[in-house]
Amino acid sequence: MAGLMAGFGNFTHAVVRGIPVSLAKEALRGKESEVDVAKARREHEAYVEVLRMRLGLEVVELPADESLPDCVFVEDAAVVCGDTALITRPGAESRRKETEAMKCALKELDLNIVEMTDETATLDGGDVLFTGREFFVGLSKRTNQRGAEILADAFKDYAVSTVPVLEGLHLKSFCSMGGPGLIVIGSSEPAQKALKTMQQMSDHRYDKLTVPDDLAANCIYMNLPNKGHVLLHCTADEFPESVKVFEKLKDHMLIPVSNMEKVKVDGALTCCSVLINKKANI
Amino acid sequence: MTTEAGTETEVKEKSEESAAQPDQSEKATEENQEVASAENVATEGEEKKEKDKEGKGISRFLPPWLKKQKSQSQVPGKETSPTKEAPRTQEAVAKVTEEEEGPAPAVNGHPEEVEEKEEVKLEQKRESPSKASADTQPAKEEKVEESAEKAPEEAKSTAEGEGAEEEKKEQKGEVEGEGEGETLTSIFQSPLRLVRKAKMKLVVCHVTLLDGTEFPCEVEKRAKGQYLFFKVCEHLNLLEKDYFGLTYKDNHEQRCWLDPTKEIKRQIRSNNWQFAFNVKFYPPDPSLLTEDITRYLLCLQLREDVASGRLPCSFVTHALLGSYTLQAELGDYEPEQPRPLDYISQLTFAPNQNKEMEEKILELYMSHRGMTPAQADSQFLENAKKLSMYGVDLHHAKDSEGVDIMLGVCANGLLVYKDRLRINRFAWPKILKISYKRNNFYIKIRPGEAEQFESTVGFKLPNHRSAKRLWKVCVENHSFFRLNTPEPPTKARFLTLGSKFRYSGRTQTQTRQASSLIDRPAPTFERTSSKRISRSLDGAPVISITEAGRDLASSAENGREPNLELPSDSKTTEVEIEETVVIQEVSKATKPGHVTVTMAPPVTPPVQQEVREQEVKAAEEAVALEEAKAGKQESISSESESEEEAEYHPNVAASISHTQIPEEKEEEIEEEKREEDMKVENSYSTPDAASLPTVASQSAEAAAAEAEESRREEERGKKERAEEEERAEERETEESTEDPMVTPDETPNGHTLSEEGTAALVALAEEEKEPKMNGETSLAEAEPRPQVICCSEPPVVKTEMVTISDTFAAQKTEIATKEVPIVHTETKTITYEAAQLDGSADGEPGVLMTAQTITSESLCTTTTTHITKTLKGGLSETRIEKRIVITGDADIDHDQALAQAIKEAKEQHPDMSVTRVVVHKETELAEEED
Repeated sequence: MAGLMAGFGNFTHAVVRGIPVSLAKEALRGKESEVDVAKARREHEAYVEVLRMRLGLEVVELPADESLPDCVFVEDAAVVCGDTALITRPGAESRRKETEAMKCALKELDLNIVEMTDETATLDGGDVLFTGREFFVGLSKRTNQRGAEILADAFKDYAVSTVPVLEGLHLKSFCSMGGPGLIVIGSSEPAQKALKTMQQMSDHRYDKLTVPDDLAANCIYMNLPNKGHVLLHCTADEFPESVKVFEKLKDHMLIPVSNMEKVKVDGALTCCSVLINKKANI
Repeated sequence: MTTEAGTETEVKEKSEESAAQPDQSEKATEENQEVASAENVATEGEEKKEKDKEGKGISRFLPPWLKKQKSQSQVPGKETSPTKEAPRTQEAVAKVTEEEEGPAPAVNGHPEEVEEKEEVKLEQKRESPSKASADTQPAKEEKVEESAEKAPEEAKSTAEGEGAEEEKKEQKGEVEGEGEGETLTSIFQSPLRLVRKAKMKLVVCHVTLLDGTEFPCEVEKRAKGQYLFFKVCEHLNLLEKDYFGLTYKDNHEQRCWLDPTKEIKRQIRSNNWQFAFNVKFYPPDPSLLTEDITRYLLCLQLREDVASGRLPCSFVTHALLGSYTLQAELGDYEPEQPRPLDYISQLTFAPNQNKEMEEKILELYMSHRGMTPAQADSQFLENAKKLSMYGVDLHHAKDSEGVDIMLGVCANGLLVYKDRLRINRFAWPKILKISYKRNNFYIKIRPGEAEQFESTVGFKLPNHRSAKRLWKVCVENHSFFRLNTPEPPTKARFLTLGSKFRYSGRTQTQTRQASSLIDRPAPTFERTSSKRISRSLDGAPVISITEAGRDLASSAENGREPNLELPSDSKTTEVEIEETVVIQEVSKATKPGHVTVTMAPPVTPPVQQEVREQEVKAAEEAVALEEAKAGKQESISSESESEEEAEYHPNVAASISHTQIPEEKEEEIEEEKREEDMKVENSYSTPDAASLPTVASQSAEAAAAEAEESRREEERGKKERAEEEERAEERETEESTEDPMVTPDETPNGHTLSEEGTAALVALAEEEKEPKMNGETSLAEAEPRPQVICCSEPPVVKTEMVTISDTFAAQKTEIATKEVPIVHTETKTITYEAAQLDGSADGEPGVLMTAQTITSESLCTTTTTHITKTLKGGLSETRIEKRIVITGDADIDHDQALAQAIKEAKEQHPDMSVTRVVVHKETELAEEED
């Protein structure tokens, strides 16, 4: 039955984008690092394969754009919830144009497009945590209050609370949803502090799954027909301790996905796709 | 079963009748006895057979309350009574108490309407004689006697009440009469007439109802708010009224809640007798409402909230809600209907309604084919309740830096919005004190784990009226959603400057209890078309979070008086509820012949919850302070209400979170107060402990039921202490990040089964002329008595997170299937016990401080709640034990029932942990074997 807030984690489509060569040199990053584009591409292909083959999502693959070195991180360009897509205004100047291709793709998918036209607003999708019942928006280097307000306006059904992000790039650099009502959170102090804030702001209770590594806390949860709870998370090569924690989730289908290269340019798992549920749309 | 129910009602009616006309109470008594004898005749046969068993088995027939009587008698009434008052030794206080008690039972004198304190008294009186019979007579007769006794009792209380303020009494009487009228139409007018003294000038009030129609209502010029409100509810045929209220516009065009306890004329000021009927407290889960008509009214309010933009929602949600509205109002979509879109476009569903939305509404509407109006309403509510602004009452304010914000008051606490964003939230447990002074509004916040001191957050409101309005709304919402019983007004209480306003209506807990007893055929009502929408009185529609507060509901002036709330059959304070139910139970047990149930798998997932303990730190320097306090109290006991400032210390009802005696000193006065608390408790617990029977569990609990009442009173008075309580709670909440205490718990259900005489169970067994083995089977799993809770815990708050589903499944155990001669009964007990029972296992039992039993019954479920409080070495602990008996001939989904029970328990007592769950299932396999 169609209804408000039904079917959290149920997705039918994914929008992804290719990796431009420029990623290696020009993509923004917090720390200096060398990126092997070929390796990054292989990684990304594997990621897309999981979405397409293993999980059976319909994947819309946008071509890479050399002038947009960060374009593979599509998450920041749009926030999709239900049948509404908010096209963001990314905080980094160099990434603003990434939204154009995204907008077209989402239009094709017949979503209601809301654009962030206010020139004072910035918002990266990576700062938006949707829990199924409400939104948390990280106020970070990339996202400001005005951006959060516009998001609140676009998704009126839901409470939108702001969470200061003191360290790290995005809110989702250290947390994500691991299931309905389950927040996966890193164990660093800023991460825990942000979790506290979220819990205080929320009328709902959330369980938490604390993983030793902040970056490992970024994973992708889906609830797919025939497959149940699915969790894409980091590999044991990257974060062995955190993987042990994930392995405690007995009800989940756990799929480790490598993210060694992309992480060098601050790309986490959620960054590389925009997930959409076409069926849930009434 | 039906027969019994009928008789029950009859008896009740009679007693009510007698109540209405106290002078005829004798006659009423006779009538009752007639009924009684009639019943006796009807069941004589059964009784004879039963008599044999009764010698040894009587206790099984006796529900807990009977046992309670037994033990209660050991605590002489006189002793209890003073204890009750003890915390408020000051004369002023005592006086108030009298005032409150006096008029309550007045004229009508329905015991149910009596305030709590009175209730306790009545119960005592009533019980001592009936207790005697409990020992010697079949349960059935007991029942009759019980009701028969009511009449004299009532007459008595009427006499008592006579002395009290005439006017107040009259007022109450009138309104009570109204309340009765809803269920007993034959009577309801007479009390009104009887009561009305001198005819006064009449005025016509115009009340705009939720469907947009206007209800003209004649009231005396000096009538109080509640009179009008009850008139309106009666007109609407609404029993679950506590969620609603009347509003009026003040001189400043602000919508204010009409204070039920005050004269209408004095509130409206201008001579404009225009009102609107509105939802005042939005139930967080409308599916828990008992009646469809209540849900319908809530729907009407929400439709308007949505259409006006007060309740913002997305396009899709607008469309979905609109489609359910159409389904509810028009029934199935008729393909023949010409141009449905034209019709739809005449209705208002959303602030920015457009063609596209209307098409979507139509499309969805067509898909609802087959849904009944009630189902459509339910679906509407299921979706509406999830909206983030559902039930949030917004108020404009500025923060300390002068930035425009909105403050939203809701069921869970206070929300702070800046533009559309939630920037902060203060859950009720987090708030220690709410106050206002002139146009400033303050909340005192409990310190977080890391912090040492409370902080106070201040907001600026546009003017002092809006500050007061916000303050009142907070007080009311806190009381309604967070307390189990309302806090009495602060008259002559400790440290009250300014407004003494308190919410005095029923709390959500109480209203749920009450409505679970509603026993009338679903009233028929007509769903009117949305065409009307747009109510004249509801002027300012606007309202998004950014712009305007809802101007409705923005200024609750007041709560209602508790004794007015009670519709005749649903009313009742807990004690009363208990009695009612018990009566039914007993009669069931003795009238097996009428039980039509052929297969009865009673499920009993009792949930016992426990609250952490905290170290008590008694204050030392009591005496001097006490004096100081006494002095203070006197000085502030004036009745005058300041418009300029007031404060409110949120207080959590005893049974939600029980009470630790505070450990930290704040102000001298608080300290001193605590001290007093301590004393009271101690002195109290001593006699109680003495009377504690060995078979502690039931009797003890029951014994202290009234103690509980008085305890609560006392606690309520003790604000500081409550603060501490809350603090403790909060601590625990903070410590565990998740819902801390889902620990399925133990409850002696299995065992209590036999003792408590689970009605259904017993009845069944009887029916088959079976010795009740069923009860015993479950005994296999004996567990520690609930009140043997030794709070040996250190001050540290312990929490444990357990995911019920998992743990429960993991721990599931099956226990014997027993065969019984004639009927084959399958018994299955599932127990889950939390690992953290440490406290209860060891050592001596704590001193039982209070205990209380609440029972409510609906169609096929009986819920019995025991609340026990123990004090041991200064640590106190509250245990709530719930047993739910589901009787039915259909298969019951136990897992679901259990899950539901746990969920409810969690919801009702979010601050407690579930420590044990026992599911006991009995299935008769009789049919085939015979």
